[in-house]
Amino acid sequence: MGYLVAASLPEALTALGQGECAVIAGGTDWFPAQGTRPLRGNLVDITRIPGLRGITRDTATVAGAGTGAGAGWRIGGTTTWTDIIRADLPPAFDGLKAAACEVGSIQIQNAGTIAGNLCNASPAADGVPPLLALGALVELTSQHGSRRMPLDVFLKGPRQTARMPGEVLTAILIPDQPQGAQGAFLKLGARHYLVISIAMVATVVTVDQGLITQAAVAVGSCSATAQRLPALEADLVGQSCDAVLGGGAAMITQAHLAPLSPITDMRASAGYRTEAVATLTARALKAAIMGRGAAHG
Amino acid sequence: MDKATAPELTAFRLNGRIVEITPLPGERLSLALRERLGARDVKIGCNAGDCGACTVIVNGAPVCACLMPAQQAAGAQVETLAGLVASDPHAQALVTSFQAHQAAQCGICTPGMMVSAVALLRDQPRPDAAQVQDALGGVLCRCTGYRKIIDAVVEAGAGRAPAGDASAEASGDVGTALHRLDGLPKVTGTEAFGDDVAPAGALVLRVIRAPHAHAGFTFGDLEGYRRAHPGLHAVLTAADIPGLNAFGVIPGFIDQPVFAVDHVRFRGEAVAAIVGDASTMAQLDLEAFPVTWQPRPAVMDMGDALATDAPQLHQNRAGNIMCGGHVSCGDADSALTRAAHTVTGQFTTAFVEHGYIEPEAGFAEMEGDRVVIHACTQAPVMDQEALMPILALPRERIRIVPTAVGGGFGSKIDISLQPFLALAAMKTGRAVRMTYDRVETMQSTTKRHPAQITMQIGADSTGRICGMTFEGDFNTGAYASWGPTVANRVPVHASGPYRVADYRATSRAIHTHCVPAGAFRGFGVPQSAIAQESLFDDLADALGMDALEFRVLNALEDGVPTVCGQVFATGVGIKPCLEALRPAWERAKADCAAFNAANSTHRRGVGLAAGWYGCGNTSMPNPSTIRAGLRADGAVVLHQGAMDIGQGSNTVIPQIFARALGGPVRDIALIGPDTDLTPDAGKTSASRQTFVTGNAARLAGEALRAAILSQVNASAEAVITLSQGAVTVSDGAQHFTLDPARLPPNAAGYVLEAVETYDPPTKPLDANGQGEPYAQYGYAAHLVVVEVDTALGRVRPLQFVAAHDVGRAINPLLVEGQVHGGIAQGMGMALMEEYIPHRTENLHDYLIPTIGDVPPIDTLIIEVPDAHGPYGAKGLGEHVLIPTAPAILNAIKHATGVRITQIPATPARVRAALKEAGDA
Repeated sequence: MGYLVAASLPEALTALGQGECAVIAGGTDWFPAQGTRPLRGNLVDITRIPGLRGITRDTATVAGAGTGAGAGWRIGGTTTWTDIIRADLPPAFDGLKAAACEVGSIQIQNAGTIAGNLCNASPAADGVPPLLALGALVELTSQHGSRRMPLDVFLKGPRQTARMPGEVLTAILIPDQPQGAQGAFLKLGARHYLVISIAMVATVVTVDQGLITQAAVAVGSCSATAQRLPALEADLVGQSCDAVLGGGAAMITQAHLAPLSPITDMRASAGYRTEAVATLTARALKAAIMGRGAAHG
Repeated sequence: MDKATAPELTAFRLNGRIVEITPLPGERLSLALRERLGARDVKIGCNAGDCGACTVIVNGAPVCACLMPAQQAAGAQVETLAGLVASDPHAQALVTSFQAHQAAQCGICTPGMMVSAVALLRDQPRPDAAQVQDALGGVLCRCTGYRKIIDAVVEAGAGRAPAGDASAEASGDVGTALHRLDGLPKVTGTEAFGDDVAPAGALVLRVIRAPHAHAGFTFGDLEGYRRAHPGLHAVLTAADIPGLNAFGVIPGFIDQPVFAVDHVRFRGEAVAAIVGDASTMAQLDLEAFPVTWQPRPAVMDMGDALATDAPQLHQNRAGNIMCGGHVSCGDADSALTRAAHTVTGQFTTAFVEHGYIEPEAGFAEMEGDRVVIHACTQAPVMDQEALMPILALPRERIRIVPTAVGGGFGSKIDISLQPFLALAAMKTGRAVRMTYDRVETMQSTTKRHPAQITMQIGADSTGRICGMTFEGDFNTGAYASWGPTVANRVPVHASGPYRVADYRATSRAIHTHCVPAGAFRGFGVPQSAIAQESLFDDLADALGMDALEFRVLNALEDGVPTVCGQVFATGVGIKPCLEALRPAWERAKADCAAFNAANSTHRRGVGLAAGWYGCGNTSMPNPSTIRAGLRADGAVVLHQGAMDIGQGSNTVIPQIFARALGGPVRDIALIGPDTDLTPDAGKTSASRQTFVTGNAARLAGEALRAAILSQVNASAEAVITLSQGAVTVSDGAQHFTLDPARLPPNAAGYVLEAVETYDPPTKPLDANGQGEPYAQYGYAAHLVVVEVDTALGRVRPLQFVAAHDVGRAINPLLVEGQVHGGIAQGMGMALMEEYIPHRTENLHDYLIPTIGDVPPIDTLIIEVPDAHGPYGAKGLGEHVLIPTAPAILNAIKHATGVRITQIPATPARVRAALKEAGDA
């Protein structure tokens, strides 16, 4: 049983390759999950690995991933939510920033990392809908090399991901968004701050001369993993902003919400979630069209 | 990973000083700071990042120390409240402003609040309220309602002279907003709570608890288990209890085992305890404890418990009905028959968790043949009396030394870890400590009773109440606790503070396999008020009357009998409370109408509700005794045994005593609660301390004053001055000096001593609940404006106005503190709080209001003097959250037309009700 503060990525990967190891970074999910049980096995702390934290422009990685051409952004795995809030990013990232502001509290945002949020794979992870809406990929690295996959492939279910033992989620890769793309995010909970969402919606919308030319909508807390709504996105393209603003929640059909499978739990009923998603989606589209990134649901 | 196989040295700067520790792998920084470095100003409330009490600043950023591996602090600058107060000007400004605003009540969240505020002020030196809310949103407070904290941080940033009254500080007289006498330790991090006092090397105790609501169980080889774990000193079970394996709070209802014997009745019930060295306990996996469970069918709600074939929880309580209560007067049925309008409703409420941020904590040790228990509690003498039969010890061999209490709200009246600690200290001869973890406190300590209420109210054509019936079932859980008190109090109070001539109210307490429900601020009255005050609005609507004027018309008055037939000649203050709301009511109605004319999805409404609450025990003796003396060195010493759980008795009782003695409060030396040092001031519950202990303090002050004056034959009007060992008495033109050193001291060291007891005058209730249950009631009326997002069902309170008749505000700022805190709790109960056994056993699934949820609160202090209260004062603590929830429900109805009858009014429930009413 030990605690390794990895000084480099190879050191961390070597330790993880030996098994019986857990990765720890911000600790904001690890400690609550551990509770009062004593630690078994080893911990590898990746927060001091140079280069694993921070947001950079990146040309090769996104292009090389095969799902997008051209340049993009690389968010290092141990980048904290506070780092994201403070980063200088295009308006398409406003939803991600708004979500970062909704992660727990400032204390949590200062410690919690974006990779941790994804690896914890909570259906209510605040970071996932905006990253899905941005078409994010994840980069997993082990002693044997790196692999990349779309975020929706990485997230396999509640608390389940494609990460193999020995792998570290080293980066989130986000392809460049269309010129003028605007992101937004809405979280609905029963209180302000420190709240697990009942439902949340992230949008990224691009408008050209009053018409929607691109739309991405992702919904969290309403299915085992957050989901994009491709049918809705397709229907939005070509519509006028005025039509979308005027249509409100009524333009969201059951078919649009087909990817969702909300459950009834202590926070809300399944039926309520379905209805709330339509309202939140309409409002998040409005926020993006109007150029506002953040709001409580 | 060779370099990681042994714990390594971790060095960092703690408050500027270089420290080195060797934490275990994955040890929480909070634990390392507290236990390895003595930084007990870092408080632990949840160990999950949900409460923020443990907030420290690491390299300039506030983080939860409970979520940071200690190793991550290597090389960092770590700052805690104690260090900040010593050197940071922002922290020093916050100390002053927190004191001036009484922004600390119990004080357990204060370090987290202040550390977060320092981080904000460094970044934004002049924040506004919204910035304060964003910065402090990660710290939960259950006492203050947050608004005083917001005010204090804004003021500290603005660099204004602190709000404060110099004359109040000089005299501390009754009626002045004296700072808390115990405030400074709370805002500097030195206050010692239950987990802060154990001596180094104390053994650690942990409890084995049932994972099932109803199950039989058998132990494996306990002695083998102990031997297999070197470092374990004892395994305790029911077999180790020398006396009675039962506790409770009401005679005849002592039914809860310390350790269950062969079956458990709720999830979280204790079956055994393990005691060992701290290092051993830290590595122990409780899952491996040798116990085998045989789950049995459980009844989790009242409907199931009342079914004819339901499993029976207690042999002598047929049908799972524990007890009931009844009050009737006049003829309710015939009055309802002749009423011009009647309304009927059924209402459902949930279990509510007290949610104090300090979990139960303390330690016990032997002093000779005595066992001494240091723990947080609301009732030290009741603790002592509960332990006597369990430990089979006489009173004089048990000493209770209460620590500061990080919130209680009723749950810490009952014993929790005290018997475990005492048994372990007696068995091992060592000091033994324990702190409940968050799940444990939420699983095993009492809750507010869920209620199912059916009520009918009639009115004649002029709007006067004409008949009222009430039937309420209360889920009391697996054991009695204060369930009988709830059953008794509810029928007495369910009429509300109104003139109701024809009334019948019955209540039942029903056992289920849930955590015991017990005392929680209001003892069932907040639940009954929801039914009564909601139906009052419905009735006013049916009559076409204004909701406020309807209440004013029916308000109880001096000389009018209550539903118990009790007549108060003076002091009935409900009408002035209601009338005080009139300007805000008229303004809010107009504002809401204007807003709604311009908005459709978001609707605003204003609601109001009233309440009353009898102070002290119901028709039962509940005396308090206060002792005070003059020492040979000239000091006046007050032995004050009333537990201050944040509400302020450490300040209010000395203020009353000082007024009676006739001198500044700061001249009086205080000795706090300790069963060896302070006489019994009763429990901190039933809103009784200001009234009952306050009266004992008044009598003791008067008696000591009379004793001093008689020494110099001065008149009753003489002025007493204490200074430098001498007591000076000025009587008109005459001046006397009393040299206490010349008088013979008694065994306690006092040359003059006064011991006085006060017990409120009450009379028993007869079979119809007629009598004089309380010597005094306090009165309240709340108004709230809410905004309802009708598409999502979200309800957001925008403003409260709260009028409270407190008889006489001994300390107006403490009154405001109680009002704010009670409203926050009432708001939580109304909108978000629902404890579901097995599912919401933490502070992220169980939601209490945050600093972003509580809107501005305008407190209107009404002073209609009480005939019995000290200087006319009435109790307050519980009164506050009685009107809050129904006022919110009435505001929702005003906004949307929809009556919510089940709380909490979560977004999903509100939306469902809107849809049922036809809202698309």
